Amino acid sequence: MTADRKYGAIVIGGGHNGLVCAAFLAKAGRSVLVVEAADELGGAARNAEIAPGYTAPACAHILHLLHPRVRSRLKLRRHGLAFAARRLPTVALAADGNHLTLSGKRILGEVPEEDARAWRRLRKRLLRMAGTLHPFLGRTPPRLAGESWQDRITLARLALALRLLGKAEMRDFLRIVNMNAADLLDDELGDARLKGVLAFDAVLGTNFGPRSPGSVLTWLYRLAGEARGGRLGLAIPTGGMGAVTEALAASAQAFGADIRTGAPVRRIVVEGDRAAAVELESGNVLRTHAVISSADPKTTFFDLVGPEHLDTGFLRQVNGFRSKGLAAKLNLALDDLPDFAGLDRGALGGRLVIAPDIGYVERAFDHSKYGEYSAEPAIEITIPTLHDPTLAPDGGHVLSAVVQYAPRELAGGWAAHREAFADHVVAAIARYAPDLAGRIVGRQLLTPEDIERDFRIAGGHWHHGDLAVDQMLMLRPVPGWAQYETPIANLYLCGAGAHPGGGVMGAAGMNAAQRILATPAPEGAT
Amino acid sequence: MTAKPLYQAPLLETPFHARTSALNQANAWARWAGYTTVDCYTDLSTEYFAIRHAASLYDVSPMIKYRIAGPEAERYMNRLLTRDIRKLKPDRVAYAVWCNDDGKVLDDGTVFRRGESEFLLKAQERHLAWLQDSAFGFDVTVEDVSEAIAGLALQGPLSCTVLKAMGLDGIAGLKPFGIAEHDLDGTPLAVSRTGFTGDLGYELWIEPARALDLWDRLMEAGAPHRLTPIGSQALNLARIEAGFIQTNADFVAADQAVRPTRQRSPFELGLDWLVDFDKGHFTGRRALLRERETGSRYRLVGLDIEGSKPARDALIYHGKARQVGMVTSAMWSPTAKRNIALATLEAAWADKSDGLWAEIYVNKELKWEKTAARCRIVTRPFFDPPRRRATPAPDY
Repeated sequence: MTADRKYGAIVIGGGHNGLVCAAFLAKAGRSVLVVEAADELGGAARNAEIAPGYTAPACAHILHLLHPRVRSRLKLRRHGLAFAARRLPTVALAADGNHLTLSGKRILGEVPEEDARAWRRLRKRLLRMAGTLHPFLGRTPPRLAGESWQDRITLARLALALRLLGKAEMRDFLRIVNMNAADLLDDELGDARLKGVLAFDAVLGTNFGPRSPGSVLTWLYRLAGEARGGRLGLAIPTGGMGAVTEALAASAQAFGADIRTGAPVRRIVVEGDRAAAVELESGNVLRTHAVISSADPKTTFFDLVGPEHLDTGFLRQVNGFRSKGLAAKLNLALDDLPDFAGLDRGALGGRLVIAPDIGYVERAFDHSKYGEYSAEPAIEITIPTLHDPTLAPDGGHVLSAVVQYAPRELAGGWAAHREAFADHVVAAIARYAPDLAGRIVGRQLLTPEDIERDFRIAGGHWHHGDLAVDQMLMLRPVPGWAQYETPIANLYLCGAGAHPGGGVMGAAGMNAAQRILATPAPEGAT
Repeated sequence: MTAKPLYQAPLLETPFHARTSALNQANAWARWAGYTTVDCYTDLSTEYFAIRHAASLYDVSPMIKYRIAGPEAERYMNRLLTRDIRKLKPDRVAYAVWCNDDGKVLDDGTVFRRGESEFLLKAQERHLAWLQDSAFGFDVTVEDVSEAIAGLALQGPLSCTVLKAMGLDGIAGLKPFGIAEHDLDGTPLAVSRTGFTGDLGYELWIEPARALDLWDRLMEAGAPHRLTPIGSQALNLARIEAGFIQTNADFVAADQAVRPTRQRSPFELGLDWLVDFDKGHFTGRRALLRERETGSRYRLVGLDIEGSKPARDALIYHGKARQVGMVTSAMWSPTAKRNIALATLEAAWADKSDGLWAEIYVNKELKWEKTAARCRIVTRPFFDPPRRRATPAPDY
């Protein structure tokens, strides 16, 4: 690699979407460079050492959405991606120790048979609907103006997929898609624990409570990954989430992509209304035929491109992209496994959810509306060391918790409240594992403010922006610009702010690469 | 300011209301940007001829005014407007339009550069949200200062004479589109050689508390020169003769258009000269580049129409059969001695000077008659006296 080499494409950001995009482009013969600001690749899908010898998933902790085409076409298994656990069951924790375990369509625990049956029916119904959405995760959303045959075909496919559900089911889909999850669950199910944990799934990573309209759609969106993503279910990679990044990086490099870390970008150089180069903080200017940003839309357009190069109406839309994170991450280093009442070691290896009923989740959400963190937060817990003991010293464990709700704009500011909040979350978990506090030898808290700073995501939102009907598909990130292209020629988006959004899915990076490859390579881009 | 509750006095009064209302013999008022303003004081002809043959005084206080200031004000203005504002020097004024992303005109107005990093933008319509949203990422403040500045337009061949009589030293040397700082007994008085009449003329800007003093001093100095207060009707005649377009009269402001096809680009308004593609990016640039390649749909033109019947609201036909456009402003011009109009034509017909006809409806004592009058596309302004540009301003 020489300093003055002109790359066919430069990808800004070495998170999973950036790496996926780079790998697909390199695979197709383009010369690609990935520049990552941090010293480590991975973005939100990386490991963090939270205490000496303790490795925790820095942000994301469960792999359940990784697009199957990303896994197969980038040959991730060959590049070292293995799973320490797959098809993790979900455990709905109950204060009295009478927990429920959801494993596929089965429910373990004391639950009325009619509820178990009703859940099987509802799950099947939702998965069928979600299955019709799944193909669209792996495609460029169509322009509604229908400018090309491709757009029309995609729109027609969407219509056809819905129609193929059959008349009754299509009606059902159209009826429930804008409903709130709580109403749907109350219609179908009785058991409070079951409804609580499903309500939690519907709103995980969103700015919704279970009673927010549209929370059925966000649930379906989550299920779409599971519906066809397939056999993995909820999985924990061997070596932690960082292993996904390592495999992606190895794949990209094997296809010929170059990667530079510790190379923060100062700006995207626009010349003659085209993205012409990337200027690093070091002052280096790297010329290129295409700039592909995996940064979130606000960072990309306001900080890297600059408003001077963009229209007011466009920036108004970007500014309106709702991107305030609502989830915090708490990682605990433990000297021994805590004792969760009513759970054996095998059950502890599942995904533990503290969301005992719908009202609990809704009340947790209520606080966030007023700039408060939840008095009783809803929490998703994994203990990855149960599946991969190498991540902690002998006998030690790592507890990884995603905590909702922790609003980006906390009244009084996070600096003043972060320790109290961490204590508060520990106490909430300790209600189910009374010996937890005594086991903690180290802890790491990431509030949305920390996520914004450490991962360079404006707003600190895991998905770069809310997944809601007005920010999905052809409306993501903003109406008119959902095709990974931008108003600046040769500048593309490939991050979670683009369709289909976040979660360690890689689909945005893959779709962006396909979009770029669909246009002829400029001379010298290979 | 009135003390009456809003439901009794829904319109505001300008800082000159005490004087304008006392003189408004015709009691003809019109609504302008939430203010009650004089439509006609006494007689339209008298007021119109004051503009062209003596001096006229018109209250422009309801004009919407924005102050844009800050280290990046120039960059901000250059990105907002279609013309290269970097060329505008301090104490100079420029006519400008600004567009939405689709390259359609939101409004036109005048830009007063009050320093390296301070501008005043004066317009017909309100744009605070757009201007503030345009400030994302720029180190500027955008402020509505409409109520903080009272304005009077002093227009006509004797306008400079009146100002000299009032004691404004050196005013004759002020160039068109220049701004001069004077004072009224210690109160700053900004005088710009600008206006909406296409004639020799000035606009005077002062804090509202001194508005009546300014009025009185002007009227006193202007009395020997037949300085005449005028209403909006007379002004409108002068602006048509000058060939100036008016927002929401000759085109619909893009953000107010209900029907998207009513929006107009600068090219469609005949304002090509205001669009500078070489100055860097501005809002609407990409859309306008596309329009330049694919062609515009409409063209605003000046028409010279045979006969003397004003072609108000006339439809324009080609060959008396095919409708190709319509008139938006029209008058018999007493000064140019021509029957003139501003019209929007489908672009394909805008460079064909033959075969255009205006269908004019004339009301002859409650009987409508339809006449067809041949028309010709002509350059604007329709009336363009040398005194408008002469510096020093001529003394009559």
